[in-house]
Amino acid sequence: MIELENVAYSYGGGELLSDISLKLAPGSFHFLTGPSGAGKTTLLKLCYGALLPTAGYVRLFDADVRGLDRDDIAAVRRRVGVVHQDVQFLDHLSVSDNVSLPLMVSGRQDDAAGNDLGELLSWVGLTNRADAMPPELSGGERQRAAVARAVIMSPDVVLADEPTGNIDWEMSQRLLRLLIELNKMGKTVLIATHDLSLIRATKAHVQARVLRIANRRIQLAGADL
Amino acid sequence: MKLGGGILQHLRALVAGDRQADRVVPPSGFTAQLTVFVAGAMAFLAVFALALSLAAGRLAERWGDELAQSATIRIVAPLDQRQAQTEAALRILETTAGVATARALTDEEQQALLAPWFGPDLALDTLPVPRLIEVIEEGDGIDPVGLRLRLSAEVPGAVLDDHGRWRAPLVQAADRLRLLGWLSIVLIGAAVAAMVTLAASAALAANAQVIAVLRLVGAQDDYIAQAFIRRFTLRTLAGAAVGTLLGVLAVALLPSASDVGGFLTGLGFQGAHWLLPIVIPLLAAGVAFAATRAAARRTLRGLT
Repeated sequence: MIELENVAYSYGGGELLSDISLKLAPGSFHFLTGPSGAGKTTLLKLCYGALLPTAGYVRLFDADVRGLDRDDIAAVRRRVGVVHQDVQFLDHLSVSDNVSLPLMVSGRQDDAAGNDLGELLSWVGLTNRADAMPPELSGGERQRAAVARAVIMSPDVVLADEPTGNIDWEMSQRLLRLLIELNKMGKTVLIATHDLSLIRATKAHVQARVLRIANRRIQLAGADL
Repeated sequence: MKLGGGILQHLRALVAGDRQADRVVPPSGFTAQLTVFVAGAMAFLAVFALALSLAAGRLAERWGDELAQSATIRIVAPLDQRQAQTEAALRILETTAGVATARALTDEEQQALLAPWFGPDLALDTLPVPRLIEVIEEGDGIDPVGLRLRLSAEVPGAVLDDHGRWRAPLVQAADRLRLLGWLSIVLIGAAVAAMVTLAASAALAANAQVIAVLRLVGAQDDYIAQAFIRRFTLRTLAGAAVGTLLGVLAVALLPSASDVGGFLTGLGFQGAHWLLPIVIPLLAAGVAFAATRAAARRTLRGLT
């Protein structure tokens, strides 16, 4: 699905990530952890073509990311659902419109997926908020709406960057259950988080691998977590 | 929709409209009205520039055509020799290459020509008024230098005036005026392009977050650009249509052309030319379309 090979990334000055090799196999569940500023977000951005590696190769669905034009990147993003920590919506559209935005922009509004919108909203528990505007949502509601938006296209991969960053424990448990359910439906999931208790709580339900970024490199964390 | 094809096809698609693409960009307020206003004002000016160009063109053509094909010979001689010299000049003209017809004006015609200056009661036969011979040319026209030589040998009182002397600067002035008119239209078009580019760039910058969200969920550049292109094209079209309509009305309300008014009252449209201003809003919309598309592409290329 997504493959990084000896990837390095530097922001102007020093190197943030170096010699990263990573392979997200279909149906796998990964956590990405590490201290703040270690490069978790950067690594995720490399995984959906928002950043290009300064060295090495990134292959998205078997295509070298450097060979993709802007429309190809757009096509990749229809197969990769992304949930940001500070998730952004179109504030002038209702929650249900925002959730179905990926269908709208890809011209699939009338697809069967569009009919499942109600089902999807009830799955994330936002049925009553369907007509609300995004600024009216609470933090947890925003995150769940983001998950709904990320999966409405039935993507192959779901990437989540600190999805539980600004919501309480109970809500983050709920959110995590949604992501675990997605994984059980066969989606590849990668969650960046620094919340180790969240990782521990998840490991009871799903076989998750934990990757840790330390000293610019990535390593498989031990089973002690 | 691919943006590579014909502009017309895109304009049609724009008018048909992708309401959904339009909806993803938040509605804009006051600045949108400015685009409409400027487009209207520019179209209004363009109507006058167009009228000026067409009027100057007509003027240059008229002076060029009517006067290029004619010349005048004045017979300045004492009254008793005038008739003889006139006949001699006419004989010479009969054998001159390039002359279609030559005809001496009658006393009545000359009186009519002088009436505006001396009144209708002038007794021409008592005055040494020169006799005028009207020469209508054909083909490449006459050779004025050769004709003058022959006339000076045989008709001492004859003076050839081939009109070129005073016609050339007038035609040149009219041509210049026409050129200035067209140049104004080009400048107006460029100003519309600049205005739309500024407005579109501002709108794109103001909606940077919207664009980022759209890119994140997999929108292609064309889809995002479409929403902006549609807005600015339709706004410019609407503004320019109103401006053109007002401009045409203003031109129509100008006093109508007459012989005494001369050039100034000739400013306006004639016949089928009244349909030409319809092109102005279409051109303005085309310019807005191209300008917005270029601005959108430039902005989008800078994003991930």
